[in-house]
Amino acid sequence: MVEQTLHSLSQFLPETTLTITFCISILAGLILRNKPKVIPVISFAGILLATVFAVRQMGSSQAVFSGMIVVDPFAVFFKLLVGSTAVIIFLFSIYSQEVQSTLKRLVEYSSLLVAMTLGMFLMAGAVNLLMMVLAIELTSLSSYILAGYTKEAPDSSEASLKYIIYGALSTGLMLYGISILFGLTGATDVYAINRSLAATSVNSVALLIAVLLIIAGFGYKISAVPFHFWTPDVYEGAPITITAFLSVASKAAGFAMLIRFFKISFIDFNLLAAHAGGVWGLLQGFEWNKILAILSVLTMTLGNLVAVWQNNLKRLLAYSSIAHAGYMLMGVVVLNDKGLAAVLVYFMVYLFMNLGAFYVVMLVANKVGSEDIDSYKGLGYRSPFISVAMVVFFISLAGLPPTAGFIGKLFLFAALLDARWVWLAVVGALNSVVSLYYYVRVVRNMFLRDPEGSTEPIRFSFPQMAILLLLLVPTLLFGLFYSPIVELANASVLMFGVR
Amino acid sequence: MQDFIHWLQAPGLNHFLIISGILFSLGVFAILTRRNAIMVLMGIELVLNAANINFIAFSRYITNTLDGQVIAIFVIILAAAEAAIALAIVLNIFQNFNTVNVDELNQLRD
Repeated sequence: MVEQTLHSLSQFLPETTLTITFCISILAGLILRNKPKVIPVISFAGILLATVFAVRQMGSSQAVFSGMIVVDPFAVFFKLLVGSTAVIIFLFSIYSQEVQSTLKRLVEYSSLLVAMTLGMFLMAGAVNLLMMVLAIELTSLSSYILAGYTKEAPDSSEASLKYIIYGALSTGLMLYGISILFGLTGATDVYAINRSLAATSVNSVALLIAVLLIIAGFGYKISAVPFHFWTPDVYEGAPITITAFLSVASKAAGFAMLIRFFKISFIDFNLLAAHAGGVWGLLQGFEWNKILAILSVLTMTLGNLVAVWQNNLKRLLAYSSIAHAGYMLMGVVVLNDKGLAAVLVYFMVYLFMNLGAFYVVMLVANKVGSEDIDSYKGLGYRSPFISVAMVVFFISLAGLPPTAGFIGKLFLFAALLDARWVWLAVVGALNSVVSLYYYVRVVRNMFLRDPEGSTEPIRFSFPQMAILLLLLVPTLLFGLFYSPIVELANASVLMFGVR
Repeated sequence: MQDFIHWLQAPGLNHFLIISGILFSLGVFAILTRRNAIMVLMGIELVLNAANINFIAFSRYITNTLDGQVIAIFVIILAAAEAAIALAIVLNIFQNFNTVNVDELNQLRD
């Protein structure tokens, strides 16, 4: 028992590092009251270290802590994704006026970002439904506070209240669903649920209700329709750095859990062995992938159609991120290795292009003081480099070549056609066309409209440009040299206990 | 009537599931209809406790292990943490808006 725990601890290094960093950040905040700027450096170093430890876990595949958590390539991939997003968000925070104007509370900001990262690391590896709920809550409780970080701003506090009400409700629904599933299968471990469903037949109505309630919890985390109501309000009201973090890392961790839950709980492993990874049979005759397909169509269509009417760029990006969740759900619908690899490729690409778009919005909001699309009029003449970068990020988000976004969509559609989901692929392609319209509207304002008011050029400092290049270069590069990310994705679809 | 009283006198799994179902419905009803943020949060507590009753009942009547009880303790802790943060946020809302009516908080909208 003791040996097992010690062994588990050695495999738990990234999470332990984050926990210690969290404690040190708070203590250092109390001791170094007069030097609040030191704390983010400590937190930044801790997250960087945890990400390095996660890299060293690559290739291992085992269950730790009595099967509550697994360390497998799939979990490590999402830990790296979350860790690198957190690192980039800390770089953003250096230049965020919202964050830097509240120096006294910088301790809260950076320590809660660490707690949120820890929650997402646990979400990536959780294989027990109780562990999943606790990890979701650790992430959510930190993000509720961070969404309302600029607490003097009414927008920000309204966002945090809406966030906690929707979040708590969906956790409640998810827990109720888990309790029913616990009654049906007698387990909360996803492997045990799979064994139980394979061995005995259960009441199908109860199973349907339980899984729909559990989907409510996951759907809230990845902001899938109809659990998306919080997304636009929270994204608009929260500080931009937090919005960017939620839109990438929180979504990624939610997807990791959703994929793991469906893939391990409901896959018929006997059928899988017979077909050698070709056709995925689902237990008990339930076609969960059809439910996910409907969710995916609703999510991307609503996200794209409502984004067309938005005038606030942060809100527009919120709806666009809902639409992107819809695209990625298409990959989950396929549920075989090819579909999951496509989702992972999409996430790597999405990290750079979405963070890049939010970074430009933040830089412009710092100078212009507004996130309205109208305030971008003539920006192409006032600040050419930033505007060109924004165009690249938008082209990539719309999924046009030669950017990385195209590669992400290409692999998704290829996986869909391969698994004969032609109608879903057609809906996805049509949605990309709609998305082009609202991205181009911003580009038109930047280059084809004359500046209103001030025509002074806007200048940015060299480090600010360096961070922008850090995101811009991969967005262009992965569009042309995509084999490394595809190889990484193919190696990362392996889960502990599957085949 | 006599049968019903007999049924009540020997509580089994179904009794607990019915209670938890009623509690869950009341919780969701409170969340959907109440306009006061505090009342909405109380509705959420009801939903969480409905899940707790389910966990403990299933643990007692179906699995015969302590799993369900342990999960219920975790959920209670989780509910306490959530309530602490939610009340802090509601306090902040009251300072900014002078109201805790969720319908009047509509600065952010399409």
